Amino acid sequence: MMLTVAMPKGRIFTEALVLLKQAGYDIPDDLEHSRKLMIDVPNEQLRFILAKPMDVVTYVEHGVADVGIAGKDVLLEEERDVYEMLDLRISPCYLAVAGLPNTCVHPIAPRVATKYPNIASTYFREQGEQVEIIKLNGSVELAPLIGLAERIVDIVSTGRTLKENGLIELERIVHVTSRFIVNPVSYRMQDRAIEHMVDRLTYAIEKAGESNEN
Amino acid sequence: MRVFMFEKPLGMRDTLPDVYKTKRALREAMMEEIETWGYSFIETPTLEYDETVGKASAILDQQLFKLLDREGHTLVLRPDMTAPIARLAASKLYEEGCPLRLAYAANVFRAQQREGGRPAEFEQVGVEYIGDGTMYADAEVISLMIFALKRAGLCDFTVTIGHIGYVDALFFDVLRQEQRVETLRRFLYEKNYVGYREHVKSLSLSSIDRDRLLRLLTLRGGGEVIAEAKTYATTEAEQRALDELEQLWTYVDQYGVTDMVKLDMSLVSHMSYYTGVLFEVYAKNVGFLLGNGGRYDGLLAKFHRPSPATGFSVRLDRLMEAIGEQRRTEKTTCIIFSQERFAEAYAKATEMRQKGENVVLQHVAGIQNMDQFTASFDDVVYVLGKRGKDER
Repeated sequence: MMLTVAMPKGRIFTEALVLLKQAGYDIPDDLEHSRKLMIDVPNEQLRFILAKPMDVVTYVEHGVADVGIAGKDVLLEEERDVYEMLDLRISPCYLAVAGLPNTCVHPIAPRVATKYPNIASTYFREQGEQVEIIKLNGSVELAPLIGLAERIVDIVSTGRTLKENGLIELERIVHVTSRFIVNPVSYRMQDRAIEHMVDRLTYAIEKAGESNEN
Repeated sequence: MRVFMFEKPLGMRDTLPDVYKTKRALREAMMEEIETWGYSFIETPTLEYDETVGKASAILDQQLFKLLDREGHTLVLRPDMTAPIARLAASKLYEEGCPLRLAYAANVFRAQQREGGRPAEFEQVGVEYIGDGTMYADAEVISLMIFALKRAGLCDFTVTIGHIGYVDALFFDVLRQEQRVETLRRFLYEKNYVGYREHVKSLSLSSIDRDRLLRLLTLRGGGEVIAEAKTYATTEAEQRALDELEQLWTYVDQYGVTDMVKLDMSLVSHMSYYTGVLFEVYAKNVGFLLGNGGRYDGLLAKFHRPSPATGFSVRLDRLMEAIGEQRRTEKTTCIIFSQERFAEAYAKATEMRQKGENVVLQHVAGIQNMDQFTASFDDVVYVLGKRGKDER
């Protein structure tokens, strides 16, 4: 029986592919550069679908993909009903609040621009601060520069984008890595195949961990 | 804007003829099986008070449809059938003596918070078995669910059983405080195994206790899991829960359905509702839970009649998705008549209907497009003009 794997296009994809290869999966090299959105690898009994990172969890929750690879940021934002089985320890970064140096927060209606409205509103609520969230779909760093919002909540990996735009990190919210997620029905109906995949990935993660330490 | 008034509220769906037939066939198959086990079907109102049934229900508050009655009381569209049946059992039926075996096939309502793809009104078929705290009751409910699904024609499905009493006993023994137990339980409820493992590793525990908590995630499989869990059980409460599961497994085996059943000691379907054995059922080709159930010994007490109880519910919409529209719909004949031969046409229709056949009786003048209309029937009989002419 074939397992359908939802993969995030972009940043995480390359690292996820390396990990899968380390786990012993025989995956063709042209996968990364293909324009196809659905690719079968029959000798491994796998079908890959390539989706936007934010959409991977949706495909897996609805069961059209059995398993998937998604960032913890997406899992926190979307709160989907899926199993979070493994921390793949790839694509490490963190979510942070950032703004211009000497940011003055608007006294009545502080505004926060972000791609993660759910995470941002939960975070500020927990801090006891009421803010107005403005949802953006990218280039969030622009918002404080142009006066759309005083602060932003976004992913930071090296901090270079912030720096080049003259922004500074104000608070760290949460550390983020990619996770191996599983649809709740597939988890039961395809338990053998999924357990096998989890074992192979666990082995690859440990091996990667060892080589990082050396 | 012109078409807006014909839209339906989010998650509300129409049922067209073919789907209706399939749905009815599935419902009836399940109902027949449930009735042969001696359960009585009942109906309860669609609207209930939020104060009673709304609060007692296992469904989250933000998923309830609420409205106000003329006196300003908050009403809810029933989000499940268990709470209304508990209300009914506690107030009216209790005098009849326990145990009670009740069943239902009814629509329930749950508001959608996110995108479409999920109905906000759907039908559930299920049973409630009230007043019997023995493991025979749990085994009966699980087995009946399996038999009813098989009767409906479902083949490829699996039932996963857990025991919340075991999870709680283990967590309490290690963590000692309700709040810490709840934090850990939430990771399992949210299916966040990464978070669970990280949290356990962050607690200051003896290595034995840490292993006990981590091992919980691996206690999955057949009957052998109970024996494995028993070798690690240190408290009486853990032991008691495992004894119950062991009994359950033996009884379910008597029903001959253990090949459909698996155990998962880490199963947590709800944060607080269930009190003992709980289970979920999954089917191939459906991404979401097909049905679930379990022991809810705390619910009847909310209606001032403490009593053990267990039950299951299966979602008919998802069952239909799992089975597909493979059922053959019966054939329908159309008799097209003209005025002078109406009596003859009606007599023919009656004769066929009495034999159980489906017959449409249609006056020829009422048809606008003859080809299009007749194409939807398996057979067409023309009773037109003077007798003896144009037959068929």
